[in-house]
Amino acid sequence: MRLFVEHVTTYTYDQPVRGVVQSHRLLPTQCQNQLTHRWNVTVSDGMPGGSFRDGAGDTIQAWSVRGPVDRIEVRVTGEVTTTDQAGVLRGNREIIPPVAWLDETLPTRPDAALKELAAKAESPTALGLAHELSALIAGAIAYRPGATDAHTTAAEALALGEGVCQDHAHALIACARLRDLPARYVSGYLFTDSDGKPHEAAHAWAEVWIEGLGWVGFDPANACCPDERYIRLGCGMDATHAAPIRGTARGPGSESMEIAVAVAATQQ
Amino acid sequence: MSTYFNEMIERGAVRPPYARLQGWVDQMPAELRNLKQAEAEALFRRIGITFAVYGEGGDPDRLIPFDMFPRVFSAQEWFRLERGIKQRARALNAFLADVYDRGEIIRAGRIPGRLVYLNEAYEKAVAGIRPPKNVYSHIVGIDLVRTGPDEFFVLEDNCRTPSGVSYMLENREIMMRMFPELFSANRIQPVEAYPELLRRTLASVAPEKCTATEPNVVILTPGHFNSAYYEHSFLADMMGVELVEGQDLFVEGEFVWMRTTEGPRKVDVIYRRIDDAFLDPLCFRPDSMLGVPGLMDVYRSGGVSICSAPGAGVADDKAVYTFVPEMVRFYLGEEPILQNVPTWQCAKADECQYVMENLADLVVKEVHGSGGYGMLVGPKSTKEQIEAFRHKIEADPDNYIAQPTLALSTVPSFVEEGVAPRHVDLRPYCLVGERIELVPGGLTRVALREGSLVVNSSQGGGVKDTWVLAE
Repeated sequence: MRLFVEHVTTYTYDQPVRGVVQSHRLLPTQCQNQLTHRWNVTVSDGMPGGSFRDGAGDTIQAWSVRGPVDRIEVRVTGEVTTTDQAGVLRGNREIIPPVAWLDETLPTRPDAALKELAAKAESPTALGLAHELSALIAGAIAYRPGATDAHTTAAEALALGEGVCQDHAHALIACARLRDLPARYVSGYLFTDSDGKPHEAAHAWAEVWIEGLGWVGFDPANACCPDERYIRLGCGMDATHAAPIRGTARGPGSESMEIAVAVAATQQ
Repeated sequence: MSTYFNEMIERGAVRPPYARLQGWVDQMPAELRNLKQAEAEALFRRIGITFAVYGEGGDPDRLIPFDMFPRVFSAQEWFRLERGIKQRARALNAFLADVYDRGEIIRAGRIPGRLVYLNEAYEKAVAGIRPPKNVYSHIVGIDLVRTGPDEFFVLEDNCRTPSGVSYMLENREIMMRMFPELFSANRIQPVEAYPELLRRTLASVAPEKCTATEPNVVILTPGHFNSAYYEHSFLADMMGVELVEGQDLFVEGEFVWMRTTEGPRKVDVIYRRIDDAFLDPLCFRPDSMLGVPGLMDVYRSGGVSICSAPGAGVADDKAVYTFVPEMVRFYLGEEPILQNVPTWQCAKADECQYVMENLADLVVKEVHGSGGYGMLVGPKSTKEQIEAFRHKIEADPDNYIAQPTLALSTVPSFVEEGVAPRHVDLRPYCLVGERIELVPGGLTRVALREGSLVVNSSQGGGVKDTWVLAE
């Protein structure tokens, strides 16, 4: 599937700031699941910083903006051809071993309810377990935008019984790790045709390490594994670590952010 | 107490390195000694060296007792120690380069992967990033104890930012000022080259994007409220480099810049004395106010060097410590010159059982603890203390390791009633850059309480000047 992405993030400051520094995880993963034809990231008045590939295979690009500035626009436009690999991430060059992804972080720290949920899966195989856990989480956390915020933990979302893709991913990661399956948070884009479901084009899901297969994506929010509708940007221990944009401004101004993402497709 | 090795007196005779100290002590009347002691304290107060050794916390304004009786090594003794220390520093750095790359030692089954990759100090953020000269730990502080003429054991490794080196330098400075005659009577190797060697070591690991012939080196401190702030400013002074706080630095473009009165100046090498978690809020703790936003991206793209490298702590974890001899064999193909203290991991059921059955004879420590806090010295503890500790281990066995109580050597020390043997340890500071350097000396800590085996300053420990004699 040939996908076109337009992703604009606008930061405005109520008073000019002295400078802004950002770290971007905004390039499509170099893997067999997707082929990038054209990809362009611009930052208004921005100065590109260093760039490198990290231990998980993500390309990180630093940016800075010299102040005073009260508005910054990060614009991503690109074109990618995706292929369905049945959810398996193929050909990504990474050096961090799977076992390192068994660690927990604050948003994925399990509580008693998550432990109970994780214990319900009974499949004798790792792949079966991961599918089961994904389904259990989809059942336990209903999709409802606005129910949670960026800082909600997996445990809180489960207690609430509602959440968004970030919460589904955190909960699946927590449960998979409880079953000794390495798991991580993935940021990316999702193409949704007009199926009437209110999914955002900026999307997140989880990957679980299945011995013999590799990293396999699971998207509890959509009850599926990532296919050709998905574009993968990068991964991390949780939503903060895997964020496409991490940044900070110098100065007392308070920041507000607006995001507009559109993913369009042409069938080949 | 006669079972302890006395570094000065062996079977009633003075050991050769101490030969000239016997007369010095004999000829020092008590009044003079008290006078000198008061003079030493006044000197320490004046230069302001009152911080806690090794970041143990406690009252930052408290003076650490300085014991004027020096500790002495012969050239031969030091020769072997030096080889052992450098060997260990090389192996620790090889280990770090490996676990942030392909992890061959784990693939070879020599160290359990989970111990490394699930370690708190392992940083995913630097995996696959190769620091200049492939060095991660540029200042390796190796804590040693001695139990006999040729028996040295490594208690622990410090691969992040070991402190205390300013004591090594100041202790020497003060001894030379107060007892110049000792320095003409004994051929003592100097330690004063340390700051210059440190500066050269740091400059030798300038990043690949640095084109200057003299790289700009700075020391990054958390600030004056830090217990080791004195040392940070002391080292900056001695090296002739800037002492900066996070707010003095900023990232722009591909580099890190320092604010100066003449405008921004590029920074090439940062000797940081702040923990990984606080280095960069964009990479680590988002709430850190001490670090520099964007620093890690500059580091990882070769625009600045950070010493020690973030993530270096995975080599000095107390559980990883057990495997250092294995690292020496695996990476260097050599037999370790310095021995580890036998260590039982309470995380392993069989070893934990042994520990539980022998608590009265063992020293039990927290895996991530430091400063002599939260530890049990079995032979020095009451039954109640031992039982209380047993419950702590039962509750969280993974958090504890145990070691035999070592018969730490003693060195004569000035105490109330005159001169008496007191237990000591030693921390030398090995510098690793383009070359490996070790100044002949280190910091000797002394347990000034009679019979005490705990040398930590928070537990009544003091410091001594440490001599290495020329041949």
